[in-house]
Amino acid sequence: MSATPRRAGARWTGFQTILIREFGRIVRIWGQTLLPPAVTSTLYFVIFGSLIGRRVGQVGGHDYMQFIAPGLIMMTVIQNSYGNVVSSFFGAKFGKHLEELLVAPLPNWLIVLGYALGGVTRGFMVGTVVTIVSLFFTRLGLLHPAMIVSAAFLTSFVFALGGFINAMLAKNFDQISWFPTFILTPLTYLGGVFYSIQMLPRWALDASHANPILYMVSAFRYGFLGTADVDLRLAYAIMVMAAVGMFSLAVVLMQRGVGIRD
Amino acid sequence: MRALVLRQLTKTYRNGIKALKGIDLEVDRGDFFALLGPNGAGKTTAIGIVTSLVTKTGGVVEVFGHDIDRELEVAKSCIGVVPQEINFNQFETAFTIVVNQAGFYGITRRVAKQRAEVYLKQLQLWDRRHSIARSLSGGMKRRLMIARALMHQPELLILDEPTAGVDIEVRRSMWEFLRMINGEGTTIILTTHYLEEAENLCRNVAIIDGGRIIERDSMANVLRKLQTETFVLNLRDARTAAPRLDGFRASLADAHTLEVEVSRGQSLNQVFAQLSAQGVEIDSMRNKVNRLEELFVRLVDSRGRGGAGAAVA
Repeated sequence: MSATPRRAGARWTGFQTILIREFGRIVRIWGQTLLPPAVTSTLYFVIFGSLIGRRVGQVGGHDYMQFIAPGLIMMTVIQNSYGNVVSSFFGAKFGKHLEELLVAPLPNWLIVLGYALGGVTRGFMVGTVVTIVSLFFTRLGLLHPAMIVSAAFLTSFVFALGGFINAMLAKNFDQISWFPTFILTPLTYLGGVFYSIQMLPRWALDASHANPILYMVSAFRYGFLGTADVDLRLAYAIMVMAAVGMFSLAVVLMQRGVGIRD
Repeated sequence: MRALVLRQLTKTYRNGIKALKGIDLEVDRGDFFALLGPNGAGKTTAIGIVTSLVTKTGGVVEVFGHDIDRELEVAKSCIGVVPQEINFNQFETAFTIVVNQAGFYGITRRVAKQRAEVYLKQLQLWDRRHSIARSLSGGMKRRLMIARALMHQPELLILDEPTAGVDIEVRRSMWEFLRMINGEGTTIILTTHYLEEAENLCRNVAIIDGGRIIERDSMANVLRKLQTETFVLNLRDARTAAPRLDGFRASLADAHTLEVEVSRGQSLNQVFAQLSAQGVEIDSMRNKVNRLEELFVRLVDSRGRGGAGAAVA
């Protein structure tokens, strides 16, 4: 990874360009990227928060609406950071304009980082939109802002890399929907977004601890509400390890040219 | 220094196809070089390896002395590539495409925008700079790929079938442009199916077939190896039989068209002298096929029948 100052400057420019292109894409297709989460989250707040939530009462010492708001924000961050990279990278691979990057003098780790941070950018943009929507329905405190930002960053980074790896391995459009349908969505819905795991029977509670999304949602929720279902040190350890592991895997796949080089 | 050196370059795809079987090739700095071959000969694979879109199985690739196994980033920064297939984001504008590509090569946006104006103007795309790429015509898309490849001002420009599917007028203007940048010092390697293009533009040529180089020489020397050329003569008056031409093989294609085979060492003056003596008047004359095309077909055909050695005798 060592580089001369001139080479490092060129790399930095290349990295910025990937980010600018990804940001431009998010904004250019705002009707697909920013608008749908606002509509969906509004529906969630109306149905689960206002209509059903009144009958649920308190969860974890908070109004149900307050409880689910961080979970819904995190769920949107996860889905969008993943969705951004999987569609952008697979689209570039399918449309062959990925070759623009592959022929350029950019190291593979930088390409992976650029795409992943593009996914993080969309995760944060959409997360901000959903947070604003949630404020129309409930009050949210900012008890630990650094925790909110760090948990959101690590989570979106992990799932952006998941989208990157899925896009590398996918050979057609069907294969980019398998992971979100069969893994991501079930884990998210069972990751304590809509309920506290303390409400579950013992076996389900124990099983929930194998779900990494539980730790991400809990750490994020702690930043707003000050309560969590899991040990926060363990939550951060899992998020950091997942980020390092996914990043390493993505770079190795790039080095080997899996799915992108003959 | 050589712009490009390939040594014993091999490529075997996962399906077992041996696309390259040990290619040795050197291209001088400043050259305008043609890499020719039939479909499936290995041209695009060789270019893919040089531009790192294809992983080589074995051998050495050096770009201006930089080995791609040891100095890949530096080697890549020397190369600009215009691929055979359109490979830009069709939903971005022409301006965005070229500026972003410069960015990937480490060119700052301020400089990139200045260069974008230069190259898009030179390639007559400036008026369409804000157009979405997919709305451009086929010729414009080809020119856009050339502009994009030049944004980091590469020392070596590789063009894989750059004028495929564009009309004659656009092709000629692209030729002029390529001659100009070659004149300014950029080494150019060109693959093309239009052999007239290679004959007009390139000083040196390699012919690749079946994953091997079967000919490598200057364009002039290669053309000299052509043993026989067929000339088509348009006759002023209709004839029912070909005139007798001693030492030449002549046949009538139709009443006004005479085809004459002229072997190496024979003079066209002899043809005209004999025709004049018989009172045959000629309105015009042309080669039956492009000379390089004739040689190319013979080389590839005779290789198919029994080896390259016989082909270039």
